[in-house]
Amino acid sequence: MDLNLNAEEKQFRDELRAWLDTNVPKDWAEWREKPLEEVFPYLRAWQRKLHGDRWAAVSWPKEYGGRSATLMQQAIFWEEMARAEAPSMANALGLGLIGPTIIAFGTEAQKKRFIPKILSAEEIWCQGFSEPNAGSDLAGLQTEARLDRDHYTVNGQKVWTSFGTFGNWCELVVRTDANVPKHKGLTVLLVDMKSPGVDVRPLRQMTGESEFCELFFRDVRVPVENVLGEVNDGWNVAVSTLMYERGSYGARLHLLFKRNIDRLIALSRTFQRDGHSAARDPLMRQKLAQCFAEVEIMRLNQLRAFSRISSTGVPGPEGSILKIFWSELNQRVQQIAQEMLGPYGQLAGGDRHAVDNGIWSYGYLRTRGNTIEAGTSEVQRNIIGHFVLGLPRSY
Amino acid sequence: MEFGLSESQKFLKDNARKFFAGECPMAKVRGMLETDTAYDAALWAKMVEQGYTGIIFPEEYGGVGLGTVELILLMEEAGRALLPGPLFSTVALAGSVVNAVATPEQQKKYLAPICGGEARSTVAILEAGASWNSADVHFASANGKLTGEKLFVPDAVVADFILVVARDGVFAVDAKAPGIIVQRMEAMDLTRKLYSVRLNETPAERIGDTAGLGRAFDVAAAALVAEMVGGMQRTLDITVEYAKTRKQFGKPIGMFQAVQHQCADMYLETESARSAAYYAAWALEEDAPDAGVAVSIAKMYASDAARAVGNRGIQIHGGMGFTWENDLHLYYRRAKASETTLGDSTFHRERIARLVIDAGAASVEGA
Repeated sequence: MDLNLNAEEKQFRDELRAWLDTNVPKDWAEWREKPLEEVFPYLRAWQRKLHGDRWAAVSWPKEYGGRSATLMQQAIFWEEMARAEAPSMANALGLGLIGPTIIAFGTEAQKKRFIPKILSAEEIWCQGFSEPNAGSDLAGLQTEARLDRDHYTVNGQKVWTSFGTFGNWCELVVRTDANVPKHKGLTVLLVDMKSPGVDVRPLRQMTGESEFCELFFRDVRVPVENVLGEVNDGWNVAVSTLMYERGSYGARLHLLFKRNIDRLIALSRTFQRDGHSAARDPLMRQKLAQCFAEVEIMRLNQLRAFSRISSTGVPGPEGSILKIFWSELNQRVQQIAQEMLGPYGQLAGGDRHAVDNGIWSYGYLRTRGNTIEAGTSEVQRNIIGHFVLGLPRSY
Repeated sequence: MEFGLSESQKFLKDNARKFFAGECPMAKVRGMLETDTAYDAALWAKMVEQGYTGIIFPEEYGGVGLGTVELILLMEEAGRALLPGPLFSTVALAGSVVNAVATPEQQKKYLAPICGGEARSTVAILEAGASWNSADVHFASANGKLTGEKLFVPDAVVADFILVVARDGVFAVDAKAPGIIVQRMEAMDLTRKLYSVRLNETPAERIGDTAGLGRAFDVAAAALVAEMVGGMQRTLDITVEYAKTRKQFGKPIGMFQAVQHQCADMYLETESARSAAYYAAWALEEDAPDAGVAVSIAKMYASDAARAVGNRGIQIHGGMGFTWENDLHLYYRRAKASETTLGDSTFHRERIARLVIDAGAASVEGA
């Protein structure tokens, strides 16, 4: 056990830090609060810049444009990105989830076709997984694909698709065999979103924004060479993507949380409650300290998980504790922020009395989604119960 | 950066697990807790042979010279076995105090017999006010003698010397010195007995300033958290095993999500406490600037988590969990005692608040 950076990690950090020092755009502060549609070209350009010096996908193998970074180096990457207050990259799902899945399951032709454009943000990716009747029970999905000589014909509906309106390509899970147990009749298709019959509709969520879309597929033709992995082995492929989502992809979240709790603590020093600063309120101190501690434990859980999975390279079911931990913690932090701010907590950005331009009011609502998206807390607890602790399957 | 254990650390931990499983199974624990002292001289001698009593002390005093990480790995396994007796009091608590405050001559005088197995020890900290803040200590020496009453002193009756925290320093008192009266306090944990220690004009040797106590108590707290983690792990293991085998409505109860999800939370709490404990130990060993915060985070989290894990474990066992025969309550009792020892979660949250909110340095960087 040694949590000091080794020589290689230090070199990686120093090189990245120097690169970020010169390259993080100076005008990012003017852009960051703008709506995603407006800022998207900016984020594309930023990703291209990172990719130009092979910083866009450090975890990917060198031959695919990455740096074969270890998990620890990946953690360092996100830490440095946060420290430099760097913008996020446009193709987050392509880089974090779908690219690694294509590298793991794709044919050489697919890798050659898709990987470079994921890296350059030329093609933005989205995921077509959940359906109106298949959320937690993902394997029960009904979008069907019928083989017709050299292509599949896809019909069905997907929901909760992030980046749907920006997506050029979609990792789509479809049913290719309805006559076998539900996990065994699924296949993953790589679908061009410009195909005739694809309809994308923004979905308005409880915060008022539309981060997600609904996707409708009517007689959409997908060539057979766009099957990812084996036909009817789509469950394996999809689960692998979800593992990336729950495991290493979560690493960057810690930095956001850290920034959040630091900001809340800073606010507590000046925000007045009952004639003194919130930081002097004995109960508020306790609650802030609890949140601070848990954000740190989140980091430590993450680092330990990285060390554990370094040998396998693929996040395991233990990743589920990370997902439960961060999502529930984020809700607690927002709850404490509301408690501290009292009536001011409800004010939205744009109101002239709003604190921190309404981020706490927004965060309170947005974090409700945290324990639902990327696998509900209930599903995560099922995964721990069955796959980690070996209890019998409950469903 | 590597959060996993090295080969030698794994070896030490596995060996400790085997040792405690062989030498201190639950039948033995139950036998020891029925005694007045929860101490077994033969078992102690075997631990000395293993080097456990000298694990963190310099080789020149007969110790093994290992670090804080190795100490907490040993304590985790001791906690899993619910090891009774004064290992924590002697090594993690008293030993750390001597290490932190005493002169080299005094270190040799007090640590060598601990390493060699001739002496056991403990530290008398709390008074009637039961405050873990050293500023609240009333004891003060007069002409090299101490008078007053210390409470909640673990394992005092088997200690050969007792370290006493006073306003004007830390003192070592011989257990056979005149004026000492040690009395049992009837407390919840049967495996680590508590005592009141009354001193009346008792001669005492000053071994150092109280300034070093913070560091010593941090090491002891990290060790205690590791011990709690071991107890949590054992509680989880027992409970999962029960949930797999106990059947109701024709099914193992572990199949029901109401039960399964509680097990998942026990796992989450145990692993999170372990992450915090390991990091705290490493930060202490490295003298990292955030070591104090790290210890408080660990003790804060584990104090609440150990209780929560115990609650869930007992609940999942149903009526069996409420019986004397079931081992869970023994762990549950230990968890409550450990929760308050060296500061409960409220105490440590306030310490975090002082270090993080008040200091204005709202940043803890491990890397």
